[in-house]
Amino acid sequence: MWDYTDKVWDHIRNPRNAGQMDDPDAVGEAGSLACGDALRLMLKVSEDDRVTDAKYQTFGCGSAVASGSALTEMLMGKSVDEIAGITNQDIVDFLGGLPDEKMHCSVMGAEALEAAVANYRGDPPPTVDEEEIVCKCFGITEDKVREAVRINALLTVEDVTHFTKAGGGCGKCHDDILAIIDDERKQERTAPAPEPRKKRLSNIQLMKMIEEAIEKHIRPALRMDGGDVDLIDIEGENVFVALRGRCASCVASGATLKQFIQQKLRELVDESIVVEEAEE
Amino acid sequence: MSLVYLDNNATTRVADDVLEEMLPYYGDLYGNPSSMHFFGGQVSGKLTEARERVASLIGADASEITFTGCGSESNNSSIRSAVECLPDRKKIVTTRVEHPAILGPYKYLEDRGWEVSYLSVNTNGELDLNEVAEKIDDNTALVSCMWANNETGIIFPIEEIGRLAKSHGAIFHCDAVQAAGKVPIDLSDSTIDYLSMSGHKFHGPKGVGVLYIRRGTPFAPYLIGGHQEQNRRAGTENTASIIGIGKAADLAKGFVDVETTQVAPLRDRLEQGLLDTCMDAHRNGIGEPRLPNTSSIAFDYIEGESILLALSDAEICGSSGSACTSGSLEPSHVLRALGVPFTRVHGSLRLSLSVYTKDEEIDHVLAELPPIVERLRALSPFGH
Repeated sequence: MWDYTDKVWDHIRNPRNAGQMDDPDAVGEAGSLACGDALRLMLKVSEDDRVTDAKYQTFGCGSAVASGSALTEMLMGKSVDEIAGITNQDIVDFLGGLPDEKMHCSVMGAEALEAAVANYRGDPPPTVDEEEIVCKCFGITEDKVREAVRINALLTVEDVTHFTKAGGGCGKCHDDILAIIDDERKQERTAPAPEPRKKRLSNIQLMKMIEEAIEKHIRPALRMDGGDVDLIDIEGENVFVALRGRCASCVASGATLKQFIQQKLRELVDESIVVEEAEE
Repeated sequence: MSLVYLDNNATTRVADDVLEEMLPYYGDLYGNPSSMHFFGGQVSGKLTEARERVASLIGADASEITFTGCGSESNNSSIRSAVECLPDRKKIVTTRVEHPAILGPYKYLEDRGWEVSYLSVNTNGELDLNEVAEKIDDNTALVSCMWANNETGIIFPIEEIGRLAKSHGAIFHCDAVQAAGKVPIDLSDSTIDYLSMSGHKFHGPKGVGVLYIRRGTPFAPYLIGGHQEQNRRAGTENTASIIGIGKAADLAKGFVDVETTQVAPLRDRLEQGLLDTCMDAHRNGIGEPRLPNTSSIAFDYIEGESILLALSDAEICGSSGSACTSGSLEPSHVLRALGVPFTRVHGSLRLSLSVYTKDEEIDHVLAELPPIVERLRALSPFGH
């Protein structure tokens, strides 16, 4: 059992400001489906740029529920400029601490906030460039790792995993993470502003659209032939599916995968989607 | 309602009769069974009885029973022994859904040059015997397959797999940690060479395991430097725990029937009740046969740890396949191997009963869990 503080328990048992909001002025989403958590933050902002209401929804563990709940309380009545400065460490402090393994929940809160502020200001949402991804298992970018190392003064790969999940899967990126830690410790980095990139859908949007496309447009067609398909995973642009029923043993399954499912998803969701068969 | 313990695949309560038999050996009867005096001798006599009781539960001879420190040690010992006894064979085979105490040692050997084949399971959680036959050849030193899976409860066709292993001269190991005491095991006419059991999974104490080694099967010990356990496992015996697992085995002979007549109907009522009352709930792995006590259910759109914490507040203990509960960040490798979609893996709940589970405890879960699921779904950004 995790060693949660009393305050964390209080927010788990009585989450504040949970649920949907009608007509929010700003929405921010964060999270990674592969690692099983997601957070949506919704804000009402007055004409003088103050947060008048905040709500959240989360798919996540106890500390994700608590982090989202804490975040909404921290935002109430503050100006947009003030909330833009809130870091994951502020959320952790508000909760009186989180177990090391759960620090990524506070990071998710800070990311959702960053996205909501960008959304309110009309800035492009924080983007992810495939090139920048350090941890392929969880889709964590170099920038995220650097930021976590900088703000939280992290010294080990294990720390980085606890805060960002990077390095928690196959472990192949441990050397890269170590290099980033070394680099951050050596110098105050003054990175040039990143080039503007193609707008990407958030994970939640992406997953919902893919699930809807499969349910409404792909599955019915396959079922007519006695087959079926399940969505197994989404990693960046790669969508992993498993063919079921007659599709699984069909000699034309490769064609079903690429020519039908991939084409449909590209058409309905995002043109860069690559469909692959999940390894089973 | 006080504690409702439905996490019996994690550990079980020590039966009162077991504890009672153990206690004197923590007290006045502290002798070393190897000593040449009456004081040690009265302990070694009880160890002999324990060995016979365990052998009797699984249809083995007492000389085929070695006591170890835990199920994980039994698994590690079996794997190390097999590759040491058949050094010219460089291939080892197992399933993708084994316990980490199998997958860990396999990975260790894989990193040191052994070729490892992992058998897949279908969405029902079942193995494909054709694939098993394809993967085993004359270069295979070891085939290891669990009797029953700890998460889904699915029981594998052990004897068929054993025959395939033996037809190529490979050693066949079976991790029966979840099966022992829940389903009948009879090794008197079996292809199994090594078999692992763990005391605390069937109402015995923690810190003691069993390794069955078929008479005539070669064995290379893992712990060396002592004559104990017929030179198969060095170290002064954990006397009280061995006596405890012996008594637990004795009780389990009676429990196996109760599992079928009493536990399975309770499990079925619980499972069907949850599937009926909670929308978008699914049974993980609908294969048969399966253990009488295990139910694995996925609830769409919500996360397992949140379910467990809310259940825990209602004094109900279960477990989950979600990443957040495991300490690692990876969700259940077992459910992933079944092709359970990732959101469902994260929203999975395992409830495992025992012979001590009562009717009203099931009522309590059926009353408490559906509102928890509803409450968490209202919090979720998915599915609305």
